[in-house]
Amino acid sequence: MTVENSSRILRTVPREKAFYFFTSIGNYTGSSAVSLKEFMERINAVNVKSLEFHLGRGDFEKWTAEVLEDKWLANEINRIMRSGLTGDGLRNQLYLTVSRHFKRLTNPSSTRF
Amino acid sequence: MKLKNKEVTLDRADLEILQALQDDSRQTYTAIGKRLRISHSTVYDRVKRMEEQNIIRGYTALVDLEKAGVRNVLAVVTVYTDPKETEGVAEKLAKSCKVLEVYTSLSDELVIMAKVWAGSQEELHEFIASWVAPLQGVLRIRTSIITKKLKETYFSIENYSKRLHL
Repeated sequence: MTVENSSRILRTVPREKAFYFFTSIGNYTGSSAVSLKEFMERINAVNVKSLEFHLGRGDFEKWTAEVLEDKWLANEINRIMRSGLTGDGLRNQLYLTVSRHFKRLTNPSSTRF
Repeated sequence: MKLKNKEVTLDRADLEILQALQDDSRQTYTAIGKRLRISHSTVYDRVKRMEEQNIIRGYTALVDLEKAGVRNVLAVVTVYTDPKETEGVAEKLAKSCKVLEVYTSLSDELVIMAKVWAGSQEELHEFIASWVAPLQGVLRIRTSIITKKLKETYFSIENYSKRLHL
């Protein structure tokens, strides 16, 4: 992955393009993420119901692909969705995937996609 | 109708005309006059003045959406906000055609309550996620989808007149 691509994925997006965490239809938790870094942090903190809600709807996959323009992460999230994980297992797997990816992007010397 | 310091005071005849119009706004001034035992020109004058003063804000058809075949989802959306931003959020909500009613409330917390219309649950969620949640000052949102309507009416002038013993 080029430095330009990494910078694009790691950028802060405008508030209207942020990811807003809901627990069900119309129920907003108050947590949002405007960057991959914030997204990673929120995965650890938000109600696990919110992770299950968005993963099942394909919202994480859509946001990472369309807003962050991170196709690799979107594919990995899709794989987690198909695994059928729920609860803390899901939280741990999501966090592990996103945090490893974040480290690779912020430390290009260790990048290997 | 009396006007004092820009404040309007309605008399008994005005209230009875309003009550008659709330019962059936399509009836003629002559019919209302007959019912109230006043001339149709008096009814006309008073209605015109109440329209000019915006006491009568309009005349509308009450449509039964279900019978009209309009698919819809209604929800009561409670928006918790930063107190400094409440007015601004409420005003922005009021501008959306999906929002039917907006109220601010001074309970334990400063909240905004809005009645929201959407074509489907997905459309409702999309509206809240992409339009309401990003508004500056929104802290969290609770949404209750209405499953059954047991009553829907407007404030009746008749009840108000009774309270005043008119």
